[in-house]
Amino acid sequence: MGQADSTSATCNTDDRRNLAWFIDKAVQVLVFIAGISAIVFIIGIFVFITKEGVGFILKSNYALSESVFNLLEDQKMPEDQLDAITVLEGKKFSTAEDLLKAVEGIIGVEAAGPYKEVLIEKSHDQPFHVKSFFTSPKWAPTSEIKPVYGTLALMVGTASVTGLAMLIAIPFSLGAAIYIGEFATGRKREFLKILVELLAAIPSVVWGFVGLSMLNPLIIKLFNVPIGLNVLNAGVILGLMAAPIMTTIAEDALKAVPDRYREAAEAMGATRWQIIFKVVVPAARHGLVAAVLLGVGRGFGETMAVLMATGHSINLPTSIFDSVRAMTATIAAELGEAAVGSDHYRALFTLGILLFLITFMINLSADLILRGVRKE
Amino acid sequence: MDSLPHKNNPVKLEVSDVAVRYDGRTVLSGVTFDVHEHEIFGIIGPANSGKTSFLKTVNRMDIFNPAMSFTGRIRFNGKDIRKWRNVYSLRKRIGVVFPLPVGLPLTVYENVALAPRLAGVTRRVELDIIVERCLARAALWDEVKDRLDSLGSLLSGGQQQRLTIARALSQDPEMLMLDEFSIAVDPVTTMRIEDVLKELKKEMSIILVTNLVQQARRLADRTALFLNGEVVEVGLTDDLFSGLVQDQRTQDYLDGRFG
Repeated sequence: MGQADSTSATCNTDDRRNLAWFIDKAVQVLVFIAGISAIVFIIGIFVFITKEGVGFILKSNYALSESVFNLLEDQKMPEDQLDAITVLEGKKFSTAEDLLKAVEGIIGVEAAGPYKEVLIEKSHDQPFHVKSFFTSPKWAPTSEIKPVYGTLALMVGTASVTGLAMLIAIPFSLGAAIYIGEFATGRKREFLKILVELLAAIPSVVWGFVGLSMLNPLIIKLFNVPIGLNVLNAGVILGLMAAPIMTTIAEDALKAVPDRYREAAEAMGATRWQIIFKVVVPAARHGLVAAVLLGVGRGFGETMAVLMATGHSINLPTSIFDSVRAMTATIAAELGEAAVGSDHYRALFTLGILLFLITFMINLSADLILRGVRKE
Repeated sequence: MDSLPHKNNPVKLEVSDVAVRYDGRTVLSGVTFDVHEHEIFGIIGPANSGKTSFLKTVNRMDIFNPAMSFTGRIRFNGKDIRKWRNVYSLRKRIGVVFPLPVGLPLTVYENVALAPRLAGVTRRVELDIIVERCLARAALWDEVKDRLDSLGSLLSGGQQQRLTIARALSQDPEMLMLDEFSIAVDPVTTMRIEDVLKELKKEMSIILVTNLVQQARRLADRTALFLNGEVVEVGLTDDLFSGLVQDQRTQDYLDGRFG
């Protein structure tokens, strides 16, 4: 009996929660909070953007627009009554009945009677039209007469700049990755890697500055065009911006190819060129595609540099010397000006959703392709 | 005369006073011996004794590896390998099999067809013939003939090693160098590959680097012992294993007293 007591006593002294135990618990809690809050913030932002944007998409209201006035005139509404209800012009009502009531409040129920049909059926006003949103090149959200929210020109602007940027960045970055990963050795290699990572860290406004003040006059002089802020300028800037990141990822992909593949091919009498293009690049192809896709994602998401270098004018470009406007730049430039809650404000959020969906798809496919690598 | 088959055959590889360095550190020195045609030349010795470095040197792997350099003279077919202007053509004549099977991330077929393709063979019929012949010589054809289009890396370890041998044979080498090929292979497959090597010996010279003393005894006509970067002894395998050794260290190694 006494022996059992002494054993349990030793157990109790050993079984103390010491400092290490508390630190461990505290760290676990801290990390958990940090991790959860990151996820919560991301979901919160997503919900916020979606709420505003979807609100715009689904928004429908009733107002006395110019066309309604014209119809009323056609229906022989007396001048004085027409004049009286102009105070309602532009005012938005959430249901047709509200609108009707407001009109009746001004000119009287009886007088409004004959125009009931027009007021209810023709006053419906929906700012978001699926078709014009995607196919109209006209983005005129601040128009006094009739705002138009067509994103085609903006999408084409972003796509043309990104496309040109990729034409420049892909050969450069893959070439650089192959040189750093396969040819450079020792210090030269380390130096180049650091340099490339340094390039990736240049803020985008600095790139925009380069486009605005260096490339702009250069393009005007070289190609004899009136304006140097155009697809070419932004494409070059964006290409130079995306290349370092793509180089880093592509180089990682090449490094992940085991050296024994290279040795085996080398022993077979393959030349450096053959080793790289018949063995190393095919083995690293998933990583290389992912690098390119991440570069494309970067191109779509980049804002400041394209805002400064594209010329920021709404345009369907016919040549690389046309100025365009990018989706991101539009949001950045206009959101501060738009009245909170207005159609314009909400339309910008819808544009944001579109942009988010595009970059999400690109990044998702890059991720899936990279996962494919790991499984093999 | 049958016990000295190599003496009748012309010399394939002459190695005289070769030393190999990595970043100025000497890993192997004083290597001198000849390898004859139709001979299996065994190289035994513990790890880090310079065996693999020697093979890499013969294949001029130092060219792509700035840290590696060698002195001394190696002649292949009577010509100094340093004077070989197109190193790729030298490597095509010398097949190498590495310790761990390297199934390139290609199909079984493409693994074997790669070297002929690189050499410019494009006709499918020709490639088919080469692939079948090489796989058959490596004793692998019967096992993989129905799955030529599956990935080489999906084969078992022993099959992959024979695939590597088939690949080394696909360029019709005049000399085959095997570096501890049985490390990742089960004993049964090892015996099969050993039978393959005995057949191949009729057509080419073979340098067999092995960590298994008994493997050298079974296969090699002559054997060299590498120890801590120097060649302790080169002699007829039968002599070495019947106690006719000149250096006590050789006897100790063969008896398993160290290494």
